[in-house]
Amino acid sequence: MSIIESFSRIRTARVGLPSADGLIPWFVPLAIVLLWQLASVTGFVPTRVLPAPSDVVAVGWKLLLSGELLRNMWVSFWRAGIGFLIGGGIGFAFGLANGLSQLSAKLTDTTLQMVRNIPHLSLIPLVILWFGIDESAKLFLVALGVFFPIYLNTLHGIRTVDPQLIEMGRVYGMTDSELFRRVIFPGALPSIFVGLRFALGITWLTLIVAETIAASSGLGYMAMQAREFLQIDIVVLSILIYALLGKLADSFARLLERLTLSWHPAFRKS
Amino acid sequence: MQQILRLEQATAEPVPRTEFTEHSGSLARPADQAQRGLALTIRDLRKSFGEHNVLRGIDLHIPAGQFFAIVGRSGCGKSTLLRLIAGLERAEAGTIAFDGQILANDIRVMFQEPRLLPWAKVLSNVEVGLGRERSSADAQARADKALVEVGLDSKRDQWPAALSGGQKQRVALARALVSQPRVLALDEPLGALDALTRISMQNLLERVWSDQGFTAILVTHDVSEAVALADRVLIIEDGRIARDFDVALKRPRERGSADLAALEGTILRELLATDNE
Repeated sequence: MSIIESFSRIRTARVGLPSADGLIPWFVPLAIVLLWQLASVTGFVPTRVLPAPSDVVAVGWKLLLSGELLRNMWVSFWRAGIGFLIGGGIGFAFGLANGLSQLSAKLTDTTLQMVRNIPHLSLIPLVILWFGIDESAKLFLVALGVFFPIYLNTLHGIRTVDPQLIEMGRVYGMTDSELFRRVIFPGALPSIFVGLRFALGITWLTLIVAETIAASSGLGYMAMQAREFLQIDIVVLSILIYALLGKLADSFARLLERLTLSWHPAFRKS
Repeated sequence: MQQILRLEQATAEPVPRTEFTEHSGSLARPADQAQRGLALTIRDLRKSFGEHNVLRGIDLHIPAGQFFAIVGRSGCGKSTLLRLIAGLERAEAGTIAFDGQILANDIRVMFQEPRLLPWAKVLSNVEVGLGRERSSADAQARADKALVEVGLDSKRDQWPAALSGGQKQRVALARALVSQPRVLALDEPLGALDALTRISMQNLLERVWSDQGFTAILVTHDVSEAVALADRVLIIEDGRIARDFDVALKRPRERGSADLAALEGTILRELLATDNE
């Protein structure tokens, strides 16, 4: 058997085991958890500072059985989703309007750029005065935080669609709606996805802050309650769940990207 | 039957050919007419961008089915003339009259860049060329036929990103031809291709032109391309017609032949003459 043959065997063997490749990104997090467990068990890190991963898993299991964890996760997830839809929807609408119409851009863009420079979390005192610690307070903050990345990237995407393609579309007799559907929107989509992923990150950030400061349910509230009773394992648990939910949201956005941008060389599956 | 398109005041940006859509009530054309090119007559055409007069009065008649080439230095106004004919710009004064009824799909443009939609497969890119007839039942069959004509039927389900530069330009040609236009305006379509690909594209262009009989108007800075393809070569200088050459050589023309070289030399001398003054 020649060397070339054995090489090709190795290569086909690798192709046959894609799961090994998929596991590589999880190697570092897994190693960290193992090291952490080791440090806790040996007493190198006192459990008052950081509980062992096994303790965190145990308390997670307990809360899962009592239903408290799922209830709080659902509340947080619901807030994130609704806030995202409201803020993202309005941002997308303004992005489209200002990208397609000069008049609309002239009318609203300057105002929006001014509002953009206010850190939305600085509005928390005002929002509490307006809405109390009601649901609407959290939804308002999330929507406000999500609005700008979606707005800016939609606008940027539409403005940077290749004008030569637009001219081509017109020459070939496309109507305005057809031009939007076949040229402008697909051209703006990669940029819209960038905004989407930024916005997802901001959603969780806003929610954590809002729920820790002004809430009576949700993951952030659960963490704050646990702090009152020095239940550090629950605090760590909620932080880890935030990380997991953030990662899930990002994976979902990437899946959407891969499905809709398969034409783009950068997003093509290898 | 002569039909004059009135050219109104210049507007700031290129406008779609709304003039043509007015006459596009019936999309079907008798089969015997489909293969014929359109003649056009241009009278005292003028265009300026700001202070700069790009075209200073062009008078021209292009007979039906002629392969017509326009050469000139960059900035002489040759591309502007083509864009006016194709309806991509509006003139300040003058008329462009087509000899016959014009339908929406009768004039097609091929640009220097392929301008394919990167998010549409090759076949749907060709279907774009059908204009309003895109949604008709035989749209796909017609697009397929156009792809066969340029020899790219095997690539119909590929993304444009997977094609070479020459292949992309062939898809663009299929898109321009799929509606069986009667005038094809070519704005340096081969300018970005390498020398060998360019020659095979020239052969392809010549073949589809003689098959379909449309009027071809080619703007190019490559004089050898102009004399190899065209029945007639026009030199434009400073927005005016400087010379009008008939290329009375038989087809197929052999590249590198003495006759072509002699004519190319004459035209080049004419183009470079202003340098020596």
